Amino acid sequence: MLNLAFPPQLATLVARLPLAPPSLAFSMAANRLLWPALQTLDWQPLVGRRYAIRVKDLGLSFRFAVSQSGFAPDGGAPDLTISATARDFLLLLSRREDPDTLFFSRRLVSEGDTELGLTVKNLLDALDPELVLGRLPAPLARAARRLMAA
Amino acid sequence: MPLDLICPAGSLVSLKAAIDHGADAVYMGFRDNTNARAFPGLNFDEAQAAEGLRYAHDRGRRVLLALNTYPQPDTWSRWTGAVDRAAKLGMDAVILADAGLMRYAVKNHPQLRLHLSVQGSATSYEAVNFYREHFGIQRAVLPRVLSLPQVENVVKHTDVEIELFGFGGLCVMVEGRCLLSSYCTGESPNSAGVCSPAKAVQWKETPAGLESRLNGVLLDRYGKDEKAGYPTLCKGRFEVGGETYYAIEEPTSLNTLDLLPEMLKMGIAAIKIEGRQRSPAYVTQVTKVWRAAIDAVKKNADSFEPAPAWQAELNKLSEGQSHTLGAYHRPWK
Repeated sequence: MLNLAFPPQLATLVARLPLAPPSLAFSMAANRLLWPALQTLDWQPLVGRRYAIRVKDLGLSFRFAVSQSGFAPDGGAPDLTISATARDFLLLLSRREDPDTLFFSRRLVSEGDTELGLTVKNLLDALDPELVLGRLPAPLARAARRLMAA
Repeated sequence: MPLDLICPAGSLVSLKAAIDHGADAVYMGFRDNTNARAFPGLNFDEAQAAEGLRYAHDRGRRVLLALNTYPQPDTWSRWTGAVDRAAKLGMDAVILADAGLMRYAVKNHPQLRLHLSVQGSATSYEAVNFYREHFGIQRAVLPRVLSLPQVENVVKHTDVEIELFGFGGLCVMVEGRCLLSSYCTGESPNSAGVCSPAKAVQWKETPAGLESRLNGVLLDRYGKDEKAGYPTLCKGRFEVGGETYYAIEEPTSLNTLDLLPEMLKMGIAAIKIEGRQRSPAYVTQVTKVWRAAIDAVKKNADSFEPAPAWQAELNKLSEGQSHTLGAYHRPWK
């Protein structure tokens, strides 16, 4: 079982950071890793909407919008907010946990536009993991593959 | 082969996960309301379906297409078009519920193998044989309302292969005839393809708990540590006679691992796993468990005991608080 715990001091520190840097870093990473893989799917329903991803235990929020050209930081009122712990987000990303399972057990919280939330969930499920892993630096991709196979 | 394992695929990634972990066949739907899991972002366009078929066939497995909603008069051609595409793509079978669509398929694509969907609501061998005589169906998926002795009675009196649900979310089980959700939304699962259209669903954290609403109608309010369920009217808690409880049905998952030896002995052709709306992680985990279980029961049905680890894995994935043998194992009829 994946064992990750983050010291509470880290959360306090991260929570004091201004909005922009984490959201900017997130958008840049998403443009590099997710955007090309998304192009193989029907991603148009994501466009023109605002999103917030809250990593609860880290006190961290990524706020962004999706346009025709990709992800960009956006602090406006989100259409969809998804919250979970860092560990649960990692389990989801590595496909070791099913989002519905986490949702039923109240570890994953989705607020806002339900249809948009479902679209996001289904698009992420349909993403070919190899298309994403192939864009990671080799050591990171190896670590991710180990995590997914564990 | 008896006890084929039929697994759900909502995407190409799920399809590959099912095949890689031992599904004998997968079932999928096209990206519209011609199937009963018409959720946004889910299902297959024609190119993805073709790739899925290639992946399965290269490994000696089969792909079935769910075309199991009821065509509407003004969009009849959407359903017949889906049958045409299924035939062109080389689907191993189409799973149909509507007799008109069966007639269309038989007339236009006589080589296409037909399965009667659970949505067809055929619970007696007379009904199953009717579909056999008129449309040449090869297999019927029985609704989850029959006890195991009743299933056996159907199997004995038909040469149509019988497929049973083995695992997954349960509903009030008036498959193909349910109109409950149209009470709130005006859309029934049999014509619109979903029980609760996502656009009509609202989730909200309130001081009293997590609330789910369907078009404004409060379905349930979950306490802090209570397990939540799908936001469907049939699984809501309502105040009846001064008491608030699951007035229609409690959210539970069907799990029939215990019944595998009996199913094998009575000649059940296939076991279906529910959940095209679930993720590749679910498909992987459920397929692994059921592959191991079916292999074990085929090896030795008499000494078969479901492993506690299998049950634990399946319980973790299930909707609601518990799992049940459903109607298969009830003493009353």
